[in-house]
Amino acid sequence: MLEIEIDGKKLTVPQGSTVMDAAHSVGTYIPHFCYHKKLSIAANCRMCLVEVEKAPKPLPACATPVTDGMKVHTHSDMAKKAQAGVMEFLLINHPLDCPICDQGGECQLQDLAVGYGNSSSRYQEEKRSVVGKDMGPLVSAEEMSRCIHCTRCVRFTEEIGGFQEIGMANRSEFSEIMPYLGKTVNSEISGNVIDLCPVGALTSKPFRYSTRAWELSRRKSVSPHDGLGSNLVVQVKSNEVMRVLPLENEAINECWIADRDRFSYEGLNSAERLQKPMIKFDGKWHETDWETALAYVVKGLNGVSADHGKDAIGFLTSPHSTTEELYLAQKLARAFGVNNIDYRLRRSDFSADAAQQGAQWLGSSIAELTATKSILVVGSTQRKEQPLLASHLRQAVKKGSALNVIHVADDALLTAVNAKLIVSPLALVNALAQVLKAVVELKSAQTAVDLAAVTVGAEAQAIAASLTGAESAAIVLGNLAQHHPAFAQLLKLAQEISALTGARFGLLAEAANSTGAELVGALPHRAAFGAAATAGLNAAAMIAAPRKAYVLLNTEVEFDSYNPQAAVAAMKQAATVIALTAYKGAGLLDYADVLLPIAPFSETAGSFVNMEGKLQSFNGVVRPLGESRPAWKVMRVLGNMLNLSGFEQNSAEDVRAELLAKGTLESAFNNALGDVAVNTAAAAGLVRIGEVPLYQADAICRRAQSLQQTADAAAPLATAPSSLLARLNVAAGKEGLLRQGSGELKVLVEADDSLPADTVRLATAHPLTVGLGGMFDSIELTQG
Amino acid sequence: MLSAQSLAAIDREVAKYPADQARSAVMGALRIALVERRETGKTPEERCLNTEVIEFVANYLQIAPVAAYEVATFYNMYDMKPVGQYKITVCTNLPCALSGGVNAAEYISKKLGIAIGETSADGKYTLLEGECMGACGDAPVLLVNNHKMCSFMTPEAIDKKLAELN
Ligand code: SF4
Ligand code: FES
Repeated sequence: MLEIEIDGKKLTVPQGSTVMDAAHSVGTYIPHFCYHKKLSIAANCRMCLVEVEKAPKPLPACATPVTDGMKVHTHSDMAKKAQAGVMEFLLINHPLDCPICDQGGECQLQDLAVGYGNSSSRYQEEKRSVVGKDMGPLVSAEEMSRCIHCTRCVRFTEEIGGFQEIGMANRSEFSEIMPYLGKTVNSEISGNVIDLCPVGALTSKPFRYSTRAWELSRRKSVSPHDGLGSNLVVQVKSNEVMRVLPLENEAINECWIADRDRFSYEGLNSAERLQKPMIKFDGKWHETDWETALAYVVKGLNGVSADHGKDAIGFLTSPHSTTEELYLAQKLARAFGVNNIDYRLRRSDFSADAAQQGAQWLGSSIAELTATKSILVVGSTQRKEQPLLASHLRQAVKKGSALNVIHVADDALLTAVNAKLIVSPLALVNALAQVLKAVVELKSAQTAVDLAAVTVGAEAQAIAASLTGAESAAIVLGNLAQHHPAFAQLLKLAQEISALTGARFGLLAEAANSTGAELVGALPHRAAFGAAATAGLNAAAMIAAPRKAYVLLNTEVEFDSYNPQAAVAAMKQAATVIALTAYKGAGLLDYADVLLPIAPFSETAGSFVNMEGKLQSFNGVVRPLGESRPAWKVMRVLGNMLNLSGFEQNSAEDVRAELLAKGTLESAFNNALGDVAVNTAAAAGLVRIGEVPLYQADAICRRAQSLQQTADAAAPLATAPSSLLARLNVAAGKEGLLRQGSGELKVLVEADDSLPADTVRLATAHPLTVGLGGMFDSIELTQG
Repeated sequence: MLSAQSLAAIDREVAKYPADQARSAVMGALRIALVERRETGKTPEERCLNTEVIEFVANYLQIAPVAAYEVATFYNMYDMKPVGQYKITVCTNLPCALSGGVNAAEYISKKLGIAIGETSADGKYTLLEGECMGACGDAPVLLVNNHKMCSFMTPEAIDKKLAELN
């Protein structure tokens, strides 16, 4: 520990601290621009100059290490003069037109100029001007004359984003911040540079010039997208969400959010929002009032149950719905006598349902995961499934963790990977079994899984060595593994490896409330907190054996299902499809009979349980749009109208309290599985790799215009290894014909030799590909 | 995009640094790329670095293209604009100027019929002003193609040098 005195305050700080750190720890503010606690030290703005006794000149606090007995003055004449001088230099080339600048009112340069600069400028000469740059549809770099060259944006892309997409070209007064010529900034967490930029150089393209910062009220919320549960500040004006910013939470999102969290709000204000209940009769849609619509729903449900029994009804829900909504949905279904309820529409393997012993989750806290020394990620297109968590993992690698990967595609993770096994989806179980076998051999241990037929490859050996050799280890299964037709076996293998290595194992929850849905029992085999339930049909079974009536909560089955072709067919044959939805999507308009407008996360109180099992509640930030109502209210009313008891809740808090009285969160989660048979043989055949694109994951981001203009939202194309294309006589760079079941699609085919043999990669959940079948099922490819 | 010989030279640069620090070799790699372009380029456009070459070098070193671009645009010996077969850089800083540096530049300018900063119509010469080359005692000094330093460049010496280059 070192002793230091700052402005007369004595304190001790750990070795290696800078003067800036020390000042922060006692709440002394030192003005700064380039310094940021999560980025490397650049010390290029010089705003943080302070006087240090015995030093002949002012020193930059952000880059000066504390030495024992150091005496620092942040407000002495020397410091003040230095700060005023730096400010004068910074303002030489900075336009002094704050009233027309988008950053005005929330600009660090403006604030610090008021605090530390002079009231007028001595500089009369011409200022330099810099042409704007194109950084893509999210970040505006239109006003680069405002840039003060702090390089925060540059360091962010390199250090947090993992790939330096922004650089500072040229030198001295010709310096310019730019992306590489002709390229845009494509990082899936790029929007953070807007927050980092201390001036109005980088601003939010969708937001800029729409309103002033001081006209916005700030409300806390939680991201409804991936399972990380990023904390948000939602900024609102006249009952409209205008902007979304990160709310700092070191244990979850630090001070960042992904672009999906930041820009998806455009979807909340989409023209496709359903504002009134609608009923279809005579093949036409009619707007109606709630009473009529609800009466229609009740009549429909009672009718189907009278004619065909309760089992003819299926509830399909979404893991993007709140805990309260999902809880009431399963309560409503079960109270009505319907046991067919599921949230796992994109899953294809339910064989472990009976073996499940608790709600599935990450298996540790997020902080524990990123502090783990050896991490194995199985079946995750990390950057597209969990954009911010992927960046957390990159930071973990920087701090010395080994990242191991078993996946079906060799995508750049923008970080060092210790060992990777890239195999066809058909060989995924075999790949993980190889690791298990290698672990068994390394540990000279036993396992119940039959591994006789498994041959351990070098990469599996390396992964096993990493997991067994590290002081802490974790195995996590991504979306792809969870959607995979052998998910249960993958989880079982992870459990076996964990048993031998002490590694934690769990799931990277796909959606904001997948873990919550597990918890409340929006499942056919478990009710809330694992309470016993009369077994019903799971999501796949409800599609495979079509029901007479479906109740859809916040889901568009053509985008949210493992097999959209089958799901849409099942909807179409049903006598009635009742959709509680915030949007009148084209699919719903086609196959539903009644649309009940429900509020998205921003318009209702509720809570999400993130992948680490943390329940985060929030309030609505704006009033429900039009006549839409929070879904929990709709279900409460339906419960009453169906004459069911237990639907008297007055608020989302009531619903939550009722749920939480049923069990304790701490003991609710358990990934362990009972008996699951593992078949380690890798099957042969041509198989599709059908992932969900980053901005197609849920109903809100599908309608966020700016996100839909990014490179990640480009129309899907089919890629396949050139060996396969040659064998099938299909030309790369031309349209090919893909066929799954009764669906065909003509789409551009490109060669990608990083894919495993006999795979065709083509995204699912996209309007273009909804006619096709299962995400990881067999597929035919011809030139067509 | 670069010859096997250049790539081998870049590999030698890379080998000077720890295995995971290939980015340290970016200056050397860009220099090697520029030399190859100057020697093989047929037109001024082909003799300088452009975004494709920089991206190639960056990918070869496995660094971000913009990181290599930053370096290439920071140092002015990396030609980013079309350049003649012979790039003549005359020092006109104060010590040289006192000993005829400016005169030397003007003499060349007149002789080649191009202003400072220009390239001759036949694409043969580019004339530039340079900063101190650390040889003020030998003034006037000039550099040919970054690598060849010429001292005591009186008009006669310049005539001789240009004749040599021709
Ligand atoms: S654009 Fe903004 S963040 Fe980037 S260097 Fe300039 S002032 Fe800093
Ligand atoms: S904050 Fe210290 S130099 Fe910029």
